[in-house]
Amino acid sequence: MVDVSEIQTLEYDVVVVGAGGAGLRAAIEASKQGVKTALICKSLLGKAHTVMAEGGMAAALGNVDSRDNWKIHFRDTMRGGKFLNQWRMAEIHAKESPDRVRELEEWGAVFDRTKDGLISQRNFGGHRYPRLAHVGDRTGLELIRSLQDYAIHQPMDIHMECTALSITKDGERVSGLVGYWRETGRFVMFRAKAVIFATGGAGKAWPITSNSWEYTGDGLAMGYEAGAELMDLEFVQFHPTGMVWPPSVKGTLVTEGVRGDGGILLNNRGERFMFQYIPPKFASETADTEAEANRWLQGDKEARRPPELLTRDVVAKAINKEVKEGRGSPHGGVFLDIASRLPADVIKRKLPSMYHQFKELAELDITKDPMEVGPTTHYFMGGLRVNWETQETHVPGLFACGECAAGLHGANRLGGNSLSDLVVFGRLAGLGAANYAKQQAKIPALSAEQVESVIQQATACLKRESGKSPYLVHEELQKIMGQYVGIVRTEAELQKAIAELQQLEESLKLLKAPGASQYNPGWNQAISLPSMVTVSEAVARAALMRQESRGGHTRIDYPDESPEWVKYNIIIKKGERGMEVRKEARGEPPVELAKIAYASLEELEGK
Amino acid sequence: MADKRKFKIWRGDKTGGSFVDYEVTMDPGMVVLDVVHKVQATEAGDLACRWNCKAGKCGSCSMEINGKPRLACMTRMNSFKPDEEITIQPLKTFPILRDLVCDVSWNYRQNKRISPLNPKPRDPDGNYRMKQADVDRIQEFRKCIECFLCQDVCHVLRDRNEKDHFVGPRFMIRLAGLEMHPLDQADRIPQIRKEFGSGYCNITKCCTEVCPEHISITDNGIIPIKERVVDRYYDPIAWLIRKIFG
Repeated sequence: MVDVSEIQTLEYDVVVVGAGGAGLRAAIEASKQGVKTALICKSLLGKAHTVMAEGGMAAALGNVDSRDNWKIHFRDTMRGGKFLNQWRMAEIHAKESPDRVRELEEWGAVFDRTKDGLISQRNFGGHRYPRLAHVGDRTGLELIRSLQDYAIHQPMDIHMECTALSITKDGERVSGLVGYWRETGRFVMFRAKAVIFATGGAGKAWPITSNSWEYTGDGLAMGYEAGAELMDLEFVQFHPTGMVWPPSVKGTLVTEGVRGDGGILLNNRGERFMFQYIPPKFASETADTEAEANRWLQGDKEARRPPELLTRDVVAKAINKEVKEGRGSPHGGVFLDIASRLPADVIKRKLPSMYHQFKELAELDITKDPMEVGPTTHYFMGGLRVNWETQETHVPGLFACGECAAGLHGANRLGGNSLSDLVVFGRLAGLGAANYAKQQAKIPALSAEQVESVIQQATACLKRESGKSPYLVHEELQKIMGQYVGIVRTEAELQKAIAELQQLEESLKLLKAPGASQYNPGWNQAISLPSMVTVSEAVARAALMRQESRGGHTRIDYPDESPEWVKYNIIIKKGERGMEVRKEARGEPPVELAKIAYASLEELEGK
Repeated sequence: MADKRKFKIWRGDKTGGSFVDYEVTMDPGMVVLDVVHKVQATEAGDLACRWNCKAGKCGSCSMEINGKPRLACMTRMNSFKPDEEITIQPLKTFPILRDLVCDVSWNYRQNKRISPLNPKPRDPDGNYRMKQADVDRIQEFRKCIECFLCQDVCHVLRDRNEKDHFVGPRFMIRLAGLEMHPLDQADRIPQIRKEFGSGYCNITKCCTEVCPEHISITDNGIIPIKERVVDRYYDPIAWLIRKIFG
């Protein structure tokens, strides 16, 4: 038995789990509100997946095109999300992002400038106007570093290389969490009034992904186990452009900025194929000839945008189709050409990180040759269901923000909306949790039984004499998700996925982690597997229920968007007998927002 | 026949350890981090190693490869001779935790000693205005991914262990970035000289050589702030003017 009284205990008002952009911003806000705050993260500080965000941070500052404003950003976001977004979240996001960008600048972020010295903005898929505040193509690094350097001077404790295992509850309320220190393998209890999850998505469940080892759905699974609801999980974003060669970097992200700066997609016949994939809904706002697309790039305000900048779901599916029909590149992708579009020195200046990445990893000079790219698992639009004002889940005291929270992006996320999401809703989660904590007279009781059971479960795979390798079980999981829950789905395949995932769940009971508990990646892998399997099952079940194709979710057996299904979100909750999946009516949109979303551009410009 | 390569990987903890031999079959395009991952998946499931992005952007997988501080994710296997045996070990300048992982917390403590940006007021319309040419200078330093390879190779830290007196190249460029920031109002020169030890750097440029982001750490960052310190404290005319006019 574990003697709980001997386990290290730390006490806080608010504990934030995850130190990417959302977690950092949430912790900064909570500490600013004067509550005792801790930030814990699985890796070292500043290494979260946010560093990989390249293109920029969407905010209607109107610095490059003065016609831009929050209403058009809101309209773009709703249209990109195929009208499944939570209306109020999309509104808050569009209204508050400019302030969050300016705030970052005050905290040290050094954005690229316009000729007038203002923050520069670049074009991106689905955004009507140049809207992404950026720093070359390493905006994520700038964002995380600015927040990090600011956060370390705030009154909060930052605990690095600390993994959260499970939430504890006192009745219905959150009472803290149990975790372990990676360095020593020792357990730790955080007693807390409120917990904020900013733990990201679960892209590591797929074989080709842009995500790092940390993307194992911990927050989603811990929240689910604690009784919180998951929403929109069927919407997993496949970024259209990941590297496809060499195998060791398959999936690594190639920024949409390449297309924003004029890069074009070509198949093996040299055809610029995106012109054939323009959905009717976007036809009136998309160029239908190369000449017009080129004029747009030159800054002609009368011209319409190139089809390469359609939303990510559209581009990813188009690439998928070209490859399936035999028009792909030698290594199973398509060509992304910037070399013939811009002079070498401009490419190096605008896309330094891409130049570097291809040069070093693929031995390819993108100023001379086209890149080979293909879709890669990138982002969870779905996640924990939260209240739009406070970011609280259905479990009192449990909050969520960033990629692990659902609602802002609907069925598909626009590029650049993630970095602004992190800081807008990170701040709100920090506020929400701090306000909640202030209303609690004391930290709720921590049950020794709960803690014991978490520790027993986590150490079982270390104590076992022999068993399955966590690395191999992870591979099995990725195989299932890649094969059956990829870009295109069918009922039969999803059924297979669910059956195989349930079998895999049995293997979890037989896992054997090698070695001792000190800084042990095998044990770490074993611990993250149950989360990944739970989240994978939720994705498959939600995808099975949604009988239509919308945004990131494509069903071959239901190839079109359905006017009936746009009325529902899919909600998943832990029930007495396992996973409960239901559709929930969205209700009528707020009148003033519906008016904006369905307005013509002319009605909204310059107001 | 599949191409097999030989590796010596350091295994152990703070109490000691040794190199262990591994033989790994090569796949196309492999980098050293892939080798570590393959060893983990097939032979040594508990081999400790840090990594995150695997694309040279997070700076987690710093280690010494054939004695050189490198990012494992950016070190291609085809950059070695076909029959070369490759040694992989943790950074030397920081205490070992386990296998390839060392304790880099000293670096995080240094960063905390640097006071944050102290920005001047905004323009009346709520904006800040800066010229791209001015931000170009500091954006170079902000490319830093905190891999700490420059800290690892700095003689002052590595050979002389002057960690109490010198913050090292990573934080010299962080200071340079603040000192040259068009918005910053703080005077950081006295601190750079006294507390952060700018005089300790003897410009051997080893830090610049190992920087995976190709930042000209010495030429563009450290030398200009050393010059500012010299101008302030060692320029006899300036000294005299300060003496007379306060």
